[in-house]
Amino acid sequence: MITLAKALNAGLRKAMENDPKVVLLGEDIGRLGGVFRITDGLQKDFGEDRVVDTPLAESGIVGSAVGLALRGYRPVVEIQFDGFVYPAYDQIVNQVAKMHFRTGGKVTMPMVIRIPFAGGIGAVEHHSESPEAQFAHTPGLKVVACSNPIDAYWMIQQAIASPDPIVFLEPKRLYHSDKAELDLAVPPVPLFSSRVVRRGDDLTVLAYGPTVKTALNAAAAAEKEGTSLEVVDLRTLSPLDLAPVFASVRRTGRAVVVHEAHTNLGMGAEVAARISEECFHSLEAPVLRVGGFDTPYPPARAEEHFLPDLDRLLDAVDRSLTW
Amino acid sequence: MSEFVQLLTPEGERREHPDYDYRGGPDQIRSLYRDMTLVRRFDAEATALQRHGELGLWAPLVGQEAAQVGAGRALRAQDHVFPTYREHGVAWCRGIDPLQVLSLFRGIDYGSWDPTEKGFNLYTLVIGAQALHAVGYAMGVQRDGAVGTGDPDRDTAVVAHFGDGATSQGDVNEAFVFAASYQAPVVFFCQNNQWAISEPLERQSRIPLYRRAEGFGFPGVQVDGNDILATYAVTQAALQRAREGGGPTLVEAYTYRMGAHTTTDDPTRYRLSDEVEHWKLKDPLARVEAYLRRNGFATDAFFTELAAEADALGERLRTGVRQLAEPTPHQLFDRVYAEIGDELAAQRDGYDAYLASFADAAPTDGGTLETAVAR
Repeated sequence: MITLAKALNAGLRKAMENDPKVVLLGEDIGRLGGVFRITDGLQKDFGEDRVVDTPLAESGIVGSAVGLALRGYRPVVEIQFDGFVYPAYDQIVNQVAKMHFRTGGKVTMPMVIRIPFAGGIGAVEHHSESPEAQFAHTPGLKVVACSNPIDAYWMIQQAIASPDPIVFLEPKRLYHSDKAELDLAVPPVPLFSSRVVRRGDDLTVLAYGPTVKTALNAAAAAEKEGTSLEVVDLRTLSPLDLAPVFASVRRTGRAVVVHEAHTNLGMGAEVAARISEECFHSLEAPVLRVGGFDTPYPPARAEEHFLPDLDRLLDAVDRSLTW
Repeated sequence: MSEFVQLLTPEGERREHPDYDYRGGPDQIRSLYRDMTLVRRFDAEATALQRHGELGLWAPLVGQEAAQVGAGRALRAQDHVFPTYREHGVAWCRGIDPLQVLSLFRGIDYGSWDPTEKGFNLYTLVIGAQALHAVGYAMGVQRDGAVGTGDPDRDTAVVAHFGDGATSQGDVNEAFVFAASYQAPVVFFCQNNQWAISEPLERQSRIPLYRRAEGFGFPGVQVDGNDILATYAVTQAALQRAREGGGPTLVEAYTYRMGAHTTTDDPTRYRLSDEVEHWKLKDPLARVEAYLRRNGFATDAFFTELAAEADALGERLRTGVRQLAEPTPHQLFDRVYAEIGDELAAQRDGYDAYLASFADAAPTDGGTLETAVAR
């Protein structure tokens, strides 16, 4: 059994072994192994030139990674916490995202920006946020979120191998709590694809990152009451892979999207709109959203009110079923 | 380090400096003068083309020819430059066709040269962002083992260009920290042209900019940015130091923006004509001409032929800019990602179908966005 954190570590190690151009950069990722220990032991084995402890400057980390990519390297940067990504926002949305477009396709930007995201760990402010919509709204970036150790192991390697820049979201509260058996004989799911992770007939729940677990727990609880929920792990937020979603919703006739990010203008709004466009005649109820409120992320002792949990999700399921 | 390096006075007299020497002969000085003359003409034509509505914007370099050509000519083929948006003279030295620069300001693309082939990255409009790219690139140079080998064809330096205003930006300061921390082979080349649009140098710094380098742990040097011999010599020394593994240097080229910040700017609103008149006396071209003539290093024929060459360049730019191909709709879609996703491909194909639905023609690949929308 392997935790999500160890799976990422193993995936990074594999990518570094496979390609000497892969260079990791970030704060405290060397001797400490990162504040979440995702890069544990990598500097010891690959050296300081491959696992670079940087000064404390997020724009500096991403901006220098742009230069390394221009020189032919494949930088993988670690942003220590979600709320710390904003000092690097210009470099990510104006420089990283647009380099291929601006150079007329002459230059690629094969960079991975790893962000431990979302809440539920009782942290102080700026340590629990879900900034995915800001990046998914940026053309030129691709945004993916892993939700379990097996995906984490493969997705980080696939992201590093991609020629395009990828914002790679890691559900931090699952780092050390989620375990799975990694069978290397089972081939990985392609990076930019969503996946049905539980079959069901009555309603489709769409989730990604930490809320996949919430959705699966809700599905297990609903089953006891005789309601059969299908759960789709979106996995890729930009581009979205909605064909399996449409197929599922056409069959169940109902959909609820769940994420931790603020509901207004969040990923759920996009998914709901697209389902409305494509599955209008199959829908038995409007697509509902369950998300974080449109408030700043609250202090830790209030986060249980902010985060969509099993009960809020099941409440939305009930509203949809009784429409 | 001795302050304010000047090797050629505004009157055209050679000066000695204990730390820097210019060793080029009359042939090279004539060649530098030629570059400055043609770059000045390029700039004048571009300003005129903007006034005629052929360009959306232009950022004039007039007054900064010595700083740019001096820095540009000191480069070796393998060196790599990260410019801001006014480095037309450096672009010229890297062999980039001025029409490719005009193409950017005309709104056709964001720079059509190949940054890898030319050793010259795209222009960067967000102030100071490229300083970090230069440092990261220099870190890559280090990892490639292309520093301190003693092989003049292998050892590589990187240059980050920016202006005085950019020294207030976080990214430039972060670039200083990273470069110093890793001893990256990078030269920070600041053209202090005294004005960040309407904000004077005094609003950016209480001390001369070159002295900031000391606080980050690497040397800074202030050079007469209107003296091409000095900018060449100082940049060459800084580049060589970087190539040998000596780490970063901040070069402050003390110069003056004779024109507007861009063609949308009106400098008469914030600076006095006396100041401009004062700086005219320090013109970077006039002093080289005086030096060449006084010493008999150039004849009237040289200047006459050069003027004709500048006229020909002007004509080529005026004609060429109107003949630049307009962008196609596919440029929107196909260049966003190295691997386009299904969603964006569907948007592209949908727009293709939309364009094709117009009865008289199907202007997709062959047609232009402008003509397509106009139909």
